[in-house]
Amino acid sequence: MINPSNKVLNNNLTKVVNQPYKYGFSTIVEKENFSKGLTEDVIRSISEKKNEPEFLLNFRLKAYKKWKEMKCPEWAQLKFSESNYQDIIYYSAPKFKKKLNSLDEVDPEILKTFEKLGIPLTEQKRLTNVAVDAVFDSVSIATTFKSELAEYGVIFSSISEAIQEYPKLIEKYLGTIVPIGDNYFTALNSAVFTDGSFCYIPKGVKCPLDLSTYFRINEQNSGQFERTLIIAEKDSQVSYLEGCTAPEYDENQLHAAVVELIALENANIKYSTVQNWYSGNNIGMGGIFNFVTKRGLCVGKNSKISWTQVETGSSVTWKYPSCVLVGDNSHGEFYSVALTNNYQQTDTGTKMIHIGKNTRSRIVSKGISAGNSKNSYRGFVNINNKAVGARNYSQCDSLLVGNSSNSNTFPFISVQNSTTKIEHEASTSKIGEEQIFYFLQRGIPIEKAISLIISGFCKDVFTELPLEFSVEADRLLSLKLEGSIG
Amino acid sequence: MSKSETILEIKNLRASINENEILKDLNLKINTGEIHAIMGPNGSGKSTLSKVLAGHPAYSISSGDIIYQGNSILELEPEERSHLGIFLAFQYPIEIPGVSNEDFLYLSYNAKLKALNKNEISPIEFFSIVSEKLKIVDMSPTFLSRNVNEGFSGGEKKRNEIVQMLLLDSKLSILDETDSGLDIDALKIISKGIKTFMNEDKAIILITHYQRLLDYVKPNFIHVMKDGKIIKTGSAELARELEKKGYEWVNKSS
Repeated sequence: MINPSNKVLNNNLTKVVNQPYKYGFSTIVEKENFSKGLTEDVIRSISEKKNEPEFLLNFRLKAYKKWKEMKCPEWAQLKFSESNYQDIIYYSAPKFKKKLNSLDEVDPEILKTFEKLGIPLTEQKRLTNVAVDAVFDSVSIATTFKSELAEYGVIFSSISEAIQEYPKLIEKYLGTIVPIGDNYFTALNSAVFTDGSFCYIPKGVKCPLDLSTYFRINEQNSGQFERTLIIAEKDSQVSYLEGCTAPEYDENQLHAAVVELIALENANIKYSTVQNWYSGNNIGMGGIFNFVTKRGLCVGKNSKISWTQVETGSSVTWKYPSCVLVGDNSHGEFYSVALTNNYQQTDTGTKMIHIGKNTRSRIVSKGISAGNSKNSYRGFVNINNKAVGARNYSQCDSLLVGNSSNSNTFPFISVQNSTTKIEHEASTSKIGEEQIFYFLQRGIPIEKAISLIISGFCKDVFTELPLEFSVEADRLLSLKLEGSIG
Repeated sequence: MSKSETILEIKNLRASINENEILKDLNLKINTGEIHAIMGPNGSGKSTLSKVLAGHPAYSISSGDIIYQGNSILELEPEERSHLGIFLAFQYPIEIPGVSNEDFLYLSYNAKLKALNKNEISPIEFFSIVSEKLKIVDMSPTFLSRNVNEGFSGGEKKRNEIVQMLLLDSKLSILDETDSGLDIDALKIISKGIKTFMNEDKAIILITHYQRLLDYVKPNFIHVMKDGKIIKTGSAELARELEKKGYEWVNKSS
């Protein structure tokens, strides 16, 4: 017996399932690579290459020593074979003839690459409402609107440049929010990080543009270890976005980043991520291992740090953007959409550490799992005994697509005083055949039906994203999910 | 007035779900301008028939054919059938969290226009169209901003189905127990909606257990279904007789 409607449905599905990863191309550039492997010499060479001050070399060496004594964490709900750290190129940079003075000297292939990714860098074409720092493998290629921002006293540059020009700021803050030995991957990152972004918003300034960094991994055997540091002085405000893509390779690549944010009195930092690293193919081969430590410190009174992430890529994601709420009345937020398909695995969530009085935190996590993927939320809310009047609200919703995906929620809450108010809500639902059929019966095609259901599910998070990102995220999710219902 | 013509012909239809045969050699012919009521005990295959007509993927057809407006629709996907004018008012309209009724109805309306190679309309044009339809079934425009069927009362869900039917202006409408669970006022409103909607170019299949809907919406024919086929067909009188004597009586008399 054949079921004609099913047959048609399935045919259409197969067509859309095989939607290629749009950013999977690679760029051929002349480059300078270190040979594979990690030794003290490699670290010294990176530091020397970047002409770093001595404190930074010591920082790296200390981290390397720590890292050697540590082990890859195994508590996450993830299964993967650990990277061979001696098989990774720790420094890969496009070869430049001399020091870059302007974009004209950048390899046109690289400019073309960013243009293809939707991030044109040249003055005529650059995005008008956002300043971009473009990072290609181990180095930053260009930062737009630097001089315009400087008029406001805002520093926005690659971290390598900041190390040269503002070593005091770097020495003061680097590694203070995420200590070197916080975990295995922060130790590794601290030893070998090559570039990333640095933002400094001076007192009383509301940053006139959104700042953003676009990370591109190109080289097949390299890892990307970037480091971002954002400092918001008293009464300042900034919105920062990051985007990531990588070519399709059969082998896994390692991405281990560290992001540190610090908000002083009344400062407000909004940090948004749309992560679309290559996620491996439909049988689970290749893709990025994404091990990221992101932490924000609300050190001043009434300060606020808000994380919004849309995680759609990578074969393995291990990431818990957190807030340490030290200042009284400070405020931490975490909004997350994590989507997994095929054989992707994601273990993500947040930590909210309440130390100051009347601190507030809000967690909204939306996990969508399709195919054979695994999607876990892991959260830790800790209310210290001094955090009188602290409040936390957590909401964790999971949406299952199909019958073979897996979704977990691991919320930990630890409260050490009685004046606290904690709310936790969780739900799990499934996009059902009957829901889809309802749309179809009303003449709405399946792709539109799924994207409408998904955007409805993610609405609370998408409204937190800057407008352009929100549209992009919506489109990205429906593209990723097309055909996963059958 | 247009000439009455056959809009739907079901020939020797056999359909099953999970290898369970539900429809067993079902035959039915419906002309434009006609209202057909289908009655019958629970489990006789009434809802299956409605879903099979709409192309629900869970059912498979082992033999027979469904001819709609002169062509077999067995190979058509559910949305294509919808675009051709087949509408199913669900017995249990499903909730779709996070999706507003307005977005849903707008998408549905434009999907049909697109399928008919017509220009899609703007949300503002749409709002005035849908507002007219809402008035017919006495619903407040605030219901547009609520999520599809989420937190709707039983009566609101059924009225929402009728709004969609009016909006899509379907040619063949199958109303699966639209009258169940309605109070008498809601039943009157829905009946009024159906009567305003019906004309000589359309046909309606009413699946119901009760005479009372048929008091308001007069059917041309009544069919009694049992064990996957139609075992008796009659005029509106038949419903009254069924109400009195029960389905057992049909068993004996057939």
